[in-house]
Amino acid sequence: MQVVSRLRRFIFSPTILRIFSVLSTLFGISIFVFVVLRVIPGDTITGSFGIETGVLTPDQIAQLRHYYGIDQSLLLQYLSWMKSFLSGQLGYSFSTGVSVLKLTKSALPVTVELALIGTILGVVIGIAIGMFSARKPGSFRDFAGQLFGLLALAIPGFVLSTAIVTIMANKFHYFPNGLEYMPPWENPWTNFQQMMFPGLVLGIAVAAPVMRTTRSALLETVDKDFVRTAHGKGVAPRKVQYRHILRNSLIPIVTMTGIQFGYLLGGAVIVEQIFALPGMGRQVLNAITKREYATVQSSVMIFAIMFVTINVLTDLIYRKIDPRIK
Amino acid sequence: MSQLKPLLLVENLGISTVQDPRTLINDVTFEIHAGEAVGVVGESGSGKTLTSLSILGLLPRGVAVTAGSVNYNGMNLTTASPQQIRELRGSAISMVYQDPMTALNPVMKIGKQLLEVIESHEKLDANSDQRVRDALKEVGIPDVARAMQSYPHEFSGGMRQRVMIAMALLLSPKLLIADEPTTALDVTIQQQILSLVAEQRQKRNMSMLWITHDLGVVANLVDRLIVMYAGRIVESGTVKEIFTNPQHPYTAGLLSSLPTTADKSRKRLTSIAGVPQKPWLVGQSCAFAPRCFKVQPECRTQIPHLVGNLEKSVACFHPMGAL
Repeated sequence: MQVVSRLRRFIFSPTILRIFSVLSTLFGISIFVFVVLRVIPGDTITGSFGIETGVLTPDQIAQLRHYYGIDQSLLLQYLSWMKSFLSGQLGYSFSTGVSVLKLTKSALPVTVELALIGTILGVVIGIAIGMFSARKPGSFRDFAGQLFGLLALAIPGFVLSTAIVTIMANKFHYFPNGLEYMPPWENPWTNFQQMMFPGLVLGIAVAAPVMRTTRSALLETVDKDFVRTAHGKGVAPRKVQYRHILRNSLIPIVTMTGIQFGYLLGGAVIVEQIFALPGMGRQVLNAITKREYATVQSSVMIFAIMFVTINVLTDLIYRKIDPRIK
Repeated sequence: MSQLKPLLLVENLGISTVQDPRTLINDVTFEIHAGEAVGVVGESGSGKTLTSLSILGLLPRGVAVTAGSVNYNGMNLTTASPQQIRELRGSAISMVYQDPMTALNPVMKIGKQLLEVIESHEKLDANSDQRVRDALKEVGIPDVARAMQSYPHEFSGGMRQRVMIAMALLLSPKLLIADEPTTALDVTIQQQILSLVAEQRQKRNMSMLWITHDLGVVANLVDRLIVMYAGRIVESGTVKEIFTNPQHPYTAGLLSSLPTTADKSRKRLTSIAGVPQKPWLVGQSCAFAPRCFKVQPECRTQIPHLVGNLEKSVACFHPMGAL
């Protein structure tokens, strides 16, 4: 009996449940991408031959289907991709002739760097403007802050990116992204120039909701009893602002940042395309047009893993900032 | 009563909402002398909490002092700079609030929250930790070392209120304002907290302003009582005077609605008919007139002002008279 109850407690412990939910989410996503790719019209053959697919003989098509491995049953296709994914090779890219792992090795750091820059800029700008706004609700500065939030939400990333590229390249003849992409460890300065604008575009997209969340969380916390206690103790207003009000407003801010990270990954696909950054976004976009099943599936899985990781990280941060969460 | 200058002198205090001004407190005048404890009683909405918060400038957003003054030790707090008021808060004048469940910062350790009081007024030094431990021990917190490392949610309401009291007493204030410190607590804990505060007050010879809606609670704790009704003081005086010889019909009504253990008749408790008026709707009349059994025509056309001395004042045209 003891063994059973101990086993039960282990199985139902929060950590194990969490791992189980993460794995089932990822499994669900893998099925979803796999199915969606096969439901949309076209396959790897039309993807690589285009309209010339029409001149292929049925025999040739059959041979190509066999070559690409799409003549197998869906279950076998899924299993063979899963096997390759789990082995770490992530599948094979026919158009480039290398494993998806090799493609990802060069593409992933670009997207991670972009996402990091976007998140950091977004959080810093968002919290700063949120605090600026919340200081005096209804004042001109609050209006200005809210206007920023509204504009940043209303202007889509692709419009902002295109505008930046057009203005910078045409008016100032400055387009660092026209050069070959440089990783930061090879040429930090070029890399910085190439990352600056796309990072800012993503940063602004994250900043807007973070700013609005910060503002409302701060305004809500200002009226809390413990803030009055802090003032009543004679704590300096600045310290009340940071130690008491901001610290207690962090949970919704962290939540919003975590949610925004998902949108940021989506935004990265577009921004990478416009700024010609060879990241995961471009990789997945190219693979979709060519119907390279394994590449799309594996890339989407990597996006999913990043998102899930951020979610778990968010939970860990909660525990750090709120002792009441166990 | 001493003829010395009072420690706290509130004169003609008026408090209103900022937007579409509504009067919440009108013409409130009282004084507290060194070592004296004064109780303020009144029902919800009578303005007793606002009065207490206004002393340290802690009024909520949208509410402000619009008339009169608060003088502490000769300094006018209504015109003092924010910095000057900040220096008084938590050191010369401390406050204990109504709800200990929400009055402590949930994400900061207890020890840190107490140390913050010292840090805000003096320099933290090697001795500060010990001072905090002593303060916690003094209010009856067991295992103070662990308490300092705990977060508020790990404590019960009674324990949290003890922490709040320790925090308020840490820098030995001259005046302690207690805003219904036992209302949110279990009845069994209430008495413990009351005796704790009374004991500390005796020991430190500290002045006190005790806000409550419960006459029974303050009777043994304070020297003088102030009775508020709809934003005004209707009667004030020594505890003995108020209890044995209430002059305002409202005070008389309050006292007769108190349950006593002596009365075994199982009669229903007496209550005052009607509900209190909103202070901003009263206008040129006695706020209690609609509920008063002694009401006369002038009660409905004029505001009765507080007349009398420290031992006994009443704001009524037709007081109860001698018993």
